[in-house]
Amino acid sequence: MWNYEKRLQFPVNITSPNAKLAQVIISQYGGPDGEMGASMRYLSQRYATPYREVAAILTDIGTEELAHLEMVATIVHQLTKDLSMEEIEESGFANYYVDHTVGIWPQAAGGVPFNANQFQSKGDIITDLHEDMAAEQKARSTYDNILRLIGDQEVCEPIKFLRAREVVHFQRFGEALRIVQDKLDSRNFYAFNPGFDCNECKM
Amino acid sequence: MTRTFRSEQERLLHNINLMSFVIVEMTLYLDTHPTDSEAIDYLQHYVRMKNKAMQEYASKYGPLTIDTADATSGKEWQWALTPMPWEGGCN
Repeated sequence: MWNYEKRLQFPVNITSPNAKLAQVIISQYGGPDGEMGASMRYLSQRYATPYREVAAILTDIGTEELAHLEMVATIVHQLTKDLSMEEIEESGFANYYVDHTVGIWPQAAGGVPFNANQFQSKGDIITDLHEDMAAEQKARSTYDNILRLIGDQEVCEPIKFLRAREVVHFQRFGEALRIVQDKLDSRNFYAFNPGFDCNECKM
Repeated sequence: MTRTFRSEQERLLHNINLMSFVIVEMTLYLDTHPTDSEAIDYLQHYVRMKNKAMQEYASKYGPLTIDTADATSGKEWQWALTPMPWEGGCN
């Protein structure tokens, strides 16, 4: 179950349109390391862990990613809402515009549509948490790449906030992995899958 | 650091954002440190402050949640009428 709060997690108030920037930032909406994939990854992985703390962190980070998804959409929306036809043609935005006008659609910067193949839910919490830590670092790198392309402070501030959250999430997933390993046999973490070999995990 | 606000509404929303951020941070921390009672007290302090601020915001500027929608007076359904967060400015 989810409830909506009618506010952004961090304010976004962009006053100058910039279609070129919008085309790269949309990657964090529907691209390979974007917020949509992040949220779906963590919320889908929750069912394969018997450890409640780990299910809790997947739930709460997966929920925060939805707030980030809304922030990224807001950035793209504000960067594109007042574009003239001339700016659309000159900025290379016409390819997106022809299919979506200035609506928000999940795609990567290169135009590749959002795809669930960009994340995994392996049904093995050790494997999943390693993927999650890598995912946070990949998103952090993407935000670093975006920040090198930005001159506008109004765009920079929310992107810097989102980048910092990736670092915090990486840390929490690392702690979750430690919690899982503490509950397993340190001589062989892979002796059984705690989300599948149920009789073993009750031992 | 001092910050200037264009309106009382912007100031109150900024405070709600700050309190909410503390709550998110403490929630994630407590998920992996669930026996830290000092952290639980800290979180609960901010939850109480945020609940008060959300009521105040709803009564003055319209609700940010359905749970505070009853704090708005009048016969109009303010939840549907106040600006969406992506509209920018001070929503």
